[in-house]
Amino acid sequence: MICLSDVHKSFGAQTVLDGLDLKIPDGQITAIIGPSGEGKSVLIKHMIGLMQPDSGQIEVDGESIVGIRRSKLNQIREKFGMLFQNAALFDSMNVFENVAFQLQEKTKLSKDEIRVRVLSALEDVGLKNVEHKYTDELSGGMKKRVGLARAVLLNPKIILFDEPTTGLDPIIKRAIHQLIKETHEKFGFTAVIVSHEIPEIFDIAQNVAMLYHGKILQFGSADEIRNSTHPVVKQFISGSLDGPIQMI
Amino acid sequence: MVQALGHTTVSFVRELGRLGWFLVYSFYMVFRSPCSLLYILKQIKFIGAKSLFVIFLTAAFTGMVLGLQGYYTLTKFGSEGMLGTAVALSLIRELGPVLTALMVTGRAGSAITAEIGIMRISEQIDALETMALDPFKYLITPKLIAAMIALPLLCAIFDVVGIYGGWLVGVKLLGVNPGAYFYEMEKAVVWRDVSSGIAKSFSFGIIIAWIGCYKGYFAGHGAEGVSKATTESVVLTSVLVLVWDYFLTSVLL
Repeated sequence: MICLSDVHKSFGAQTVLDGLDLKIPDGQITAIIGPSGEGKSVLIKHMIGLMQPDSGQIEVDGESIVGIRRSKLNQIREKFGMLFQNAALFDSMNVFENVAFQLQEKTKLSKDEIRVRVLSALEDVGLKNVEHKYTDELSGGMKKRVGLARAVLLNPKIILFDEPTTGLDPIIKRAIHQLIKETHEKFGFTAVIVSHEIPEIFDIAQNVAMLYHGKILQFGSADEIRNSTHPVVKQFISGSLDGPIQMI
Repeated sequence: MVQALGHTTVSFVRELGRLGWFLVYSFYMVFRSPCSLLYILKQIKFIGAKSLFVIFLTAAFTGMVLGLQGYYTLTKFGSEGMLGTAVALSLIRELGPVLTALMVTGRAGSAITAEIGIMRISEQIDALETMALDPFKYLITPKLIAAMIALPLLCAIFDVVGIYGGWLVGVKLLGVNPGAYFYEMEKAVVWRDVSSGIAKSFSFGIIIAWIGCYKGYFAGHGAEGVSKATTESVVLTSVLVLVWDYFLTSVLL
């Protein structure tokens, strides 16, 4: 379980996380929604120690990841996989090398074994005959899929998805969501998805947390949040311009 | 105003601390978690082999201009036979290491910053971290080791090409006795001159990789951030090379 308690984070005068509390249940898909610029990506980066809070506590399976040594943090990170907003594939490597990199560095598998596992992971995300392509030869959707193959390759216990479908067309979006759902059913990992995809995200997430003004405004099952009567949550889900959220 | 001065001072001290930590941690990682030989060789190729052309060109013309200037000065004292010594000592002790470092800074140092900076803004470095892999092992230490190996080698090449540049102008164009050019050089240049040049270029290699990697690693946001980091990297490295050269020369002289 990932547990965040009273987390504060500011960048200069701008407060992004303001005493945030959140518990991510094990083995389930939890979506984090909220208006743009509210700090959803900052929040997810705190969960894996890419950013450190100004104050507050973050625990992964009971172990704090705040202010600990890099070696200890890396031990905890072994539990994680992460799909970045822009996939963050290594641009000096081709698709095969990108996916194989962790296996080469962290396991003692033979070249043949690595090849079999990488090709199988790529096939699982619907990619065939692309292993020799470089990242700039791939479409946005293909990059996300390669990123997903890389993230699930070592069967991590927790996978973080930072806006996995932003900038993709509706069909690819649905395909990526379906892929996340199927991969989750297959491997049973804990998933945290930062997303703007309303209402699609309610179909794949079991829990939804609404981030607003640096705090989790509401946390509950997908149905609870979908049917929320809270004016901010209601306005955000409906996409209405009238309400407490003033964007313009 | 006092507040602004205090803020600037604190920021400067913090930056210095971060720079120092970066270098110490880079060396710590060299020994704690050795990187693959393949990564080092790739970097030697990039920093060293691919700088050969510019080093040849710069060295040849530096030697040639030294030949011209040296001849002009030495003829005033009737000592044009010492031209080889003047060219060789200038190159081996000073110009070889410094100009090699400045050329490599312009060609490879800026590219190192841009490469790491782009990896930073495109979250590739974050991706390495989330895989529980230390980015220093893959991005920083291979470049540091490669620069420490490549710079002395490039400097040696610079010296040799420069000496022959001086020979071309002094001996072939201006008529200095060829025997005197090399004989006086052999007599005057001692191992200490050569070793001080090697020591300098070795330490310049550290500076180039250190600042180049540091500026890229902490590059700001977007293309503008990378562009700013690259400029700062070249300027800071060049200044540090010249400042460090003065201190090293005062110790090694």
